[in-house]
Amino acid sequence: MGAIHEKYLRMDKLPHIWCPGCGNGIIMSSFIRAIEKLGYEKDEVAAVSGIGCSGRITGYMDFNTLHTTHGRALVFATGIKMANPGLKVFVFMGDGDAAAIGGNHLIHSCRRNIDITAIIFNNHIYGMTGGQFSPTTFRNKYATTAPYGTTDPDFDLVNLCIGAGASYVARSTSYHAKMLTDLFVAGALHKGFAVIEVITHCPVNFGRRNEFDTPADMLRWQKDHAVRTAKADMVPMEEMEGKFVIGELIKKEKPEYVEEYDRLIETVRKGDAHRE
Amino acid sequence: MGEVKLLQGNEACVFGALAAGVRFFAGYPITPSTEIANIFARELPKIGGKFMQMEDEIASIGAVIGASCTGMKAITATSGPGFSLMQENIGFAAEAEIPCVIINVMRFGPSTGLPTHPSQADFMQSRWGTHGDHPVIVIAPYTAREAYRETGRAVNFSEKYRVPVIILMDEILGHLRERVEFKEEDIVKEVNRKGPEAGVPFFPYEHTDDWIPPFANFGSGYRCHITGLIHDRTGFPTNNPEIVDQVMRRMNGKIDKHIDEICRISTVDVEDAEIVIVAFGSVARSAAEVVRIMRSMGKKIGLIRPVTLWPFPDREIKKAAEGKKAIIVPEMNLGQMVREVIRTIEGETPVHPLNRIDGELITPRDIIDFIEEME
Ligand SMILES: Cc1ncc(C[n+]2csc(CCOP(=O)(O)OP(=O)(O)O)c2C)c(N)n1
Repeated sequence: MGAIHEKYLRMDKLPHIWCPGCGNGIIMSSFIRAIEKLGYEKDEVAAVSGIGCSGRITGYMDFNTLHTTHGRALVFATGIKMANPGLKVFVFMGDGDAAAIGGNHLIHSCRRNIDITAIIFNNHIYGMTGGQFSPTTFRNKYATTAPYGTTDPDFDLVNLCIGAGASYVARSTSYHAKMLTDLFVAGALHKGFAVIEVITHCPVNFGRRNEFDTPADMLRWQKDHAVRTAKADMVPMEEMEGKFVIGELIKKEKPEYVEEYDRLIETVRKGDAHRE
Repeated sequence: MGEVKLLQGNEACVFGALAAGVRFFAGYPITPSTEIANIFARELPKIGGKFMQMEDEIASIGAVIGASCTGMKAITATSGPGFSLMQENIGFAAEAEIPCVIINVMRFGPSTGLPTHPSQADFMQSRWGTHGDHPVIVIAPYTAREAYRETGRAVNFSEKYRVPVIILMDEILGHLRERVEFKEEDIVKEVNRKGPEAGVPFFPYEHTDDWIPPFANFGSGYRCHITGLIHDRTGFPTNNPEIVDQVMRRMNGKIDKHIDEICRISTVDVEDAEIVIVAFGSVARSAAEVVRIMRSMGKKIGLIRPVTLWPFPDREIKKAAEGKKAIIVPEMNLGQMVREVIRTIEGETPVHPLNRIDGELITPRDIIDFIEEME
């Protein structure tokens, strides 16, 4: 491991609990590289996670770290950001966290546009509990709770977030590790709520059941199915079937939640606020 | 002080919290607690504090805990259904030892129940609502004046003992408006959580002499890890049975260790009483009236009113019950506090429950009739 790992990881907490071949380590590496690029002090970073394999990431990184309850990371993070806007707040969630139990918090965070960067580890499965299907598991895939294949339709998280009013939404994969770093940096620099969906691989609980013999097969699948934004418009519709776009999918300016509230405080204190 | 005000119970909670330094509120509207949110929304920005209306009560308590991690004093308010939704995260705060205050203005349940008639049926839930053995302090005011002072005390306890503190109100107390004359003893002084000591190695869950570990606020340079997993003194998860046992005993025991400061009861004419009423919240108002009326008739009646409900004031109740003819426990539920009274007294004095479960307050008449029938 390099100097960057020693700088940002709690080395005494390693090895991590993730299975051999898991994508989570790649995402963590991409993340600390992003922090290095951003030049943030470790003391000014707050990392908040939910419950699941992905949720364990906060234990390994040397920031102010909060490992919350399943699906609720965003609301804890919202309290942190409101109370101390000086902190750079990052949230780490699994697809179960973000899209199932915490789906309501995700859409309301998009609506509020609070200056937090949310990273969703979408491995299309409940990893920690042993491979049950999630709201992002594709139809007809196998899971411990779908021994005959799922009949549930799945969410497209990017469209969900855009629909909920998010001002920054991006997607990439654990195969495109360098791009991940760039997107984490861009998300952090974006003033407002930034969501970055990471399509990642869970060889043990998803791959094995769904005809991926090795983690490398899963990475290959990501490479073959990801289409960069620049190219996506040129690819004929039929060829996009089953594929997904990676890169920045929306980036727009919107009033940021904490700043708006601070402005409200100012007007109220000056006695200028209009009250009903 | 010496100040006279017309205050609603819910309103008094807000001003007590602000006096204790609360600067963050997150909540979701629900009657009969809504005035608390409304008033925080009006007052907090005036003093640079922050108000948030969240998408639900789970989010509200989550945001409160998050804000508290940075050192800001934070509170939420709700009623029955919302209090039920908050339970998992209240457990998180108890386990991770994050100061926070939850006001539950009890309404009639279960479920949507009888909106929004009064009830005292969350007595047990307030103590045992979340899963697992956990510490919590519960305080039940009975006047607007006390709602002010006790909410202040709740905030201070949460900071001092790193524990969620629940203010258990009821619809009657929440909504009644009364003349309040503040006295010297009502002054709420701010208490702040203790932080790391300079020059001493810092462990965020240290088993200190007082059993209350110091708290390093997020952003203060300590970079702690906070988790709802059982953790050792460093804050990181452990499943070593010996350490788990120690940690659980400290975390749960820290309240008992400070029980003398935490417990508060109030008594009226108990000394020479033959019959003692044990009541809390708005029912204690009726009970106080009963003592006044029956004393004027020459009957020896007294009142014990637990202000701190949990930890339950075992010692005080046991002592007060000694040698009495009977204890009466009126409650707007099917008998919850009475179980604690029976447990405490251990068969020494007959204990009589008096319950109303029709959405109406137990009146002084109800209690007087009950006593007269009993005799
Ligand atoms: C309220 C609640 N319900 C259920 C669980 C059990 N649980 C733990 S992790 C998890 C799902 C994990 O899946 P995901 O969020 O996708 O994260 P991953 O483990 O795949 O990273 C569940 C259901 C829980 N901890 N809390």
